[in-house]
Amino acid sequence: MVSPGALRVVRCGGGGQRGARAVFSADSYLLYASGDFVKVHSVNTEETLLLLCGHADLVTGIQLNPHNHMQLYSSSLDGTLKLWDFMDGIPIKTFTVGPKLLALYVLASAEDSVFVVVPKKGERDTFQLVSVKLTKGAGQDLEGKELSVVLDGVGASPKQIAFGREDSYVVSVKDVNLQVYFFKLKLLNRFSLSTAKTKGGDNSFSCVVCHPTEDCIATGHADGKIRLWRNFHHKKAYTYSALHWHHDTVMDLAYSLEGTRLLSGGVESVLVQWHNESSCQKDFLPRLGSPIECISMSSDGVLCCTLHTDNRISIINSNLRFSRSIQGLIKSRDVKTGLVVDPRTKALVLNGEPGHLQFYSLQSDQQLFSLDIVQRQYIHQAGLKQSELVKVAFSAQGTWLATVEESEEVADPELQLKLWFYSEETQSFALNTRINTPHDNHITDMCFRDMAELGDDSLILVTTGRDCVFKVWVMVEDSDPEAHQSVSWSCDFVGGYHNYQATNCCFSEDGSLLAVSFEETVTVWDSLTWELKCTFCHPPGNIRNICFGRLTCSKYLIGATDYGFLCCWNLLTCALEWSAHLNVVVLQPDPLSEHIAAVSWLSKESSLFVFKPSEPWPIYIQRNLCKEKILLAAFVPRDEPEMISSEKYCWLRKSQLFFLTDTQELMTLSTKSLEERLTPSSKQLAVEESLPMTPFSVLLGKHRRQQAQEDTDLGKPVVHNKQEQASPAVKELLHTPAHVLPSASFLCTIFINSLLISKENKSAEEVADEVEMESEKAEDDSDEEDVTAMEQEDASHMELLGEMTCKLSKSQEKELRKIRKMDYSWISAF
Amino acid sequence: MAAYKPVVVQACPKLGEKITQDTLYWRGYKTPVQIKEFGAINKIDFSPVPPYNYAVTASSRIHIYGRYSQEPIKTFSRFRDAAYCATYRDDGRLLAAGSEDGSICLFDVSGKAPLRQFEGHTKPVHLVGFLSDKYRIFSGGDDYSSKLWDIPSATEMISYSEHTDYVRCGCASKVNADVFITGSYDHTVKVFDARTKSSVMTIEHGHPVESVLLFPSGGLLVSAGGRYVKVWDVLKGGQLLVSLKNHHKTVTCLCLNSSGQRLLSGSLDRHVKIYSTTSYKVVHSFNYATSILSLALSPEDETIVVGMTNGVLNVKHRKPEEKNENSQKKIQPAYRTYVKGRSYMPKQEDFCVSKPVKRVLRKYDKLLRSFQSSKALDAVLEPPIMLHTPEVTVAVMQELHRRGTLRSALAGRDEKQVNLLLTFVARRVIEPRFTSVLVIVADMITDIYQPVVGQSAIVDKQFLKLQQAIGKEIDYQEELLEVLGMMDTLFATFTKKRDTCLEENKSNGVTEIIETNRNY
Repeated sequence: MVSPGALRVVRCGGGGQRGARAVFSADSYLLYASGDFVKVHSVNTEETLLLLCGHADLVTGIQLNPHNHMQLYSSSLDGTLKLWDFMDGIPIKTFTVGPKLLALYVLASAEDSVFVVVPKKGERDTFQLVSVKLTKGAGQDLEGKELSVVLDGVGASPKQIAFGREDSYVVSVKDVNLQVYFFKLKLLNRFSLSTAKTKGGDNSFSCVVCHPTEDCIATGHADGKIRLWRNFHHKKAYTYSALHWHHDTVMDLAYSLEGTRLLSGGVESVLVQWHNESSCQKDFLPRLGSPIECISMSSDGVLCCTLHTDNRISIINSNLRFSRSIQGLIKSRDVKTGLVVDPRTKALVLNGEPGHLQFYSLQSDQQLFSLDIVQRQYIHQAGLKQSELVKVAFSAQGTWLATVEESEEVADPELQLKLWFYSEETQSFALNTRINTPHDNHITDMCFRDMAELGDDSLILVTTGRDCVFKVWVMVEDSDPEAHQSVSWSCDFVGGYHNYQATNCCFSEDGSLLAVSFEETVTVWDSLTWELKCTFCHPPGNIRNICFGRLTCSKYLIGATDYGFLCCWNLLTCALEWSAHLNVVVLQPDPLSEHIAAVSWLSKESSLFVFKPSEPWPIYIQRNLCKEKILLAAFVPRDEPEMISSEKYCWLRKSQLFFLTDTQELMTLSTKSLEERLTPSSKQLAVEESLPMTPFSVLLGKHRRQQAQEDTDLGKPVVHNKQEQASPAVKELLHTPAHVLPSASFLCTIFINSLLISKENKSAEEVADEVEMESEKAEDDSDEEDVTAMEQEDASHMELLGEMTCKLSKSQEKELRKIRKMDYSWISAF
Repeated sequence: MAAYKPVVVQACPKLGEKITQDTLYWRGYKTPVQIKEFGAINKIDFSPVPPYNYAVTASSRIHIYGRYSQEPIKTFSRFRDAAYCATYRDDGRLLAAGSEDGSICLFDVSGKAPLRQFEGHTKPVHLVGFLSDKYRIFSGGDDYSSKLWDIPSATEMISYSEHTDYVRCGCASKVNADVFITGSYDHTVKVFDARTKSSVMTIEHGHPVESVLLFPSGGLLVSAGGRYVKVWDVLKGGQLLVSLKNHHKTVTCLCLNSSGQRLLSGSLDRHVKIYSTTSYKVVHSFNYATSILSLALSPEDETIVVGMTNGVLNVKHRKPEEKNENSQKKIQPAYRTYVKGRSYMPKQEDFCVSKPVKRVLRKYDKLLRSFQSSKALDAVLEPPIMLHTPEVTVAVMQELHRRGTLRSALAGRDEKQVNLLLTFVARRVIEPRFTSVLVIVADMITDIYQPVVGQSAIVDKQFLKLQQAIGKEIDYQEELLEVLGMMDTLFATFTKKRDTCLEENKSNGVTEIIETNRNY
């Protein structure tokens, strides 16, 4: 049951790691910072096990506690340090430091202090490395205000500071300067490279690491060189040697456990392994997919992992074999395809890796698969203009996929239109037709005629281009029986209007009308004869978006213009029905209802308006949806309609609205309250099968057997069995770690109550009722689960069931049942 | 992590005719053998029995050729004037021919002198044939009559004079021994039954009939005359089934292939067209040097013999079927002894680990994978690739351009290599599928080698050639645009004007422009 409350914007994917290195725990978990959270992954199964949340801003650094391998320090831009028990996902301590923390270093030798990078007070863009004394105290929230400056003028990135052998010195690099501070000697040595720009580009530092056993510093440079510094105790007599393979900035370096191997990575997305610090012995792991941002080694040296710029993590064996990758929503440089929903899998489809289309499952926060569209080797090099995927469209059943790719060259774009057919055998899309240069200029929009009832024969694809025409593509049967495929696509009709650039196209719901916008004008065409039926325009301003109304509002055509007008035309009277002054960025119709969502952008805030075309006033307005600019939106149909009691939010009943912001974070709107969504769950760590055989479980088993016996005696085993499995109080007891459970005295009553057999004198009718209730409950659960992956099991579960087991009187219970029954039938009417 | 993706070579659909099973079949003939005869060849007829000799009627002689002989193995030359229409009997032992003087001669294939002579026609006899009972001959003459003769007694049995012009063609039914068909210059085809006194069916062809043909089943009749080949359904009383107009001069001869699936027609327009007898579409066509008068196909389609007006006999033999002996040789017993467990069949419970498939990369792909641009370009400039698969060369050039290394790959080449490059560019730059890439390449080459122009005569010549090629192409394009303009004007005058202005609706204060122009 969803309680009426304000809609909240919930993040459900995306976000960057922003340069914090990942950490391997001692027992094959991988921890990494992702936005405001720290994620705990199992290395073996690639699954997200836990989400550590509690920071209010970006997490900038994570480090294992050197004195306790089950604990983790994390720092965040919100100025706090947190100590976590990452196995259970609970914060142990929170230290409030104050200023923004940009990086975190934890040393084994310094027991009660950690090092962080903070901005220098009063100066912009200068940072200092300070040590924070962690006070010991009993409570959870502690102060960490005792700061002592170690180094001044350090870089903001966590990769620009490293601690040397046995924590005896610290190295910091910035621009072309390297400084080494020896703790014991209290000696600060500074070295700098020549600033003269050689032809190889600038030689400023990008990252630094220290050899684990020797006095040696490895630094990466922007020109692709790696320098190995030795003898840096002496100001004059220091030496360095250079290794050069990378052609662009060395993004990160990592030493192996003994320091015999050095790993480096950069924009080329090649992991290079240097042996014995010699430039002739090196191994490569090429084509990792996207530029490498961070490299980290596991403590036993068996695995290493690379964090990539597109939010992907690759886990690599010590012999440079690619092992597996962890990927959620892949961040591409520019989402040009828009948010498209795959009708088959209900996955969100958008640009993924360069030249690929990613199918992202919203339910599991996982990439389902990545479809290679461009099918060319992508060269990771700055300044190259390579083919990009720009448009995607699915047919109504998802059997056909149309893609457009173009190279970024402005003058002579290399365009390709590809049509893919979903083959049931291979369960993937196979290329059917490739059309070179379908238009003479960039393609602006593309849509299929969605006629589900007529099948694939009526399938029509329309593309609009900046070459002032729109083209209609149809399937043609191949007459030659020996040909590989029976159908292919070819151009059927080319239309234009006064030599204006065609910008958008859209089919009406029944497929009889096609609306094409030409700069300021919307033209409506008959899709049978391709005759121009009528035109609309609302000067001044070019048409930015158009869409037809659906269901009861199918006689309306909605358009949004550059000059901030939202217009609704009536197709029967060919007249303007209403217009509103609104700077609409995104116009998105819900495929399952009449509602249309419009997102406007007004001076640094996005607002959401939901309206029906038949009424000029919106059903729902949410101002200040988020601070970032919303670029794209999509309605994703729910598997089953959600129960929303409030009339105000009834437009969310059948589909869910997702947004993508310009920082590539995926957001959605939820009616659920904050507590329900954000309560961390520990449920997933405990697996029922792995329960050890304890006296308690033996007792429990006995009890279960007894109950089963009683059930059979009563002659209704099925009903009781069902209830037994769902017995939540016991389950909750078993799944919650002991130290987070409430006191035993509180638990006792619930537990004992759950064991009681109180329903022996039930009539058959009541039993039936109960079955229904059970099924309702199950539905509720699934409802809550499928909203987003972020959503976890909640604590309200326990309350609900505790209440059910004992607290209600019989009359109350009956009334409640009645209400539930009513509720259920009402929803099924939809 | 992804594997290296090879360079995509754009496959262009071949323009022109599509390669079908038919084209492959009909192309499977050797280069023709030409034999010069004394005059126009009016009839070629294959003996229905092995070794499938064929009789060629030209001028006053009948030559019998063996299957592969270039010289006649036998000649019948006892004609005072031109001979016509030498035809074999079903058993291949007798041969009948008409002549200019109106007599019909019957020869034994092994003999020399005619066995019988049938006198009765007053004008030249252009049509002679055996009925399928083997004992009767039918004939048609320029005296408008068609006659039936008894072979043993050499007497005329019936004479029909229903045609009103020369009777020039005919054939006998294979199913019924009494039925034969004649076609005449009076535009009709008549079906005669020897048991009746008059024709049983008359079909209006519409043009002077040059050739007629009955299908083996006897149900369909094909007639050729004028530019038309028409197919009639005899069983439905001579209903027109289909009319084919694929020649642009008179069709002179018809022929069925051995399976009865294809119909061949020869014409004065120097073409032989092959139709499918199910769809009546042209599936293939042959080109000959001069106008075709006669045409014959040997059993099993082994030989196509075509006779021309200038007396040239064109003989095409089928290529022998290629045997795949090479594939059998590959399995060597010595190899088998080294591979153990090859014949092992995995059991159901076995867990199979398949060997990773090794992908074979082309040489240029290997070089591109290791970013060796110059060498990759060298690899595709080798003559076999450059000559036979120019699309590969262009694809690699495009890939290099995409990577931004095309200029450095083109630079630093010696005279010979620049010559090679320029030859390729000059030859291919006018092909539309390559133009966009090769224009860039040509630009770069001119840029890079501008300072050294004049030092090598060969390179200078190539530059001039390139200039010429481009200049010519520009001229062509201009001409094409002119033609396009002319055609546009023509089309514009043809299309109906349908400017029906719907009533303008200004109630919303918004101007609406309503047009119903179809824009192409």
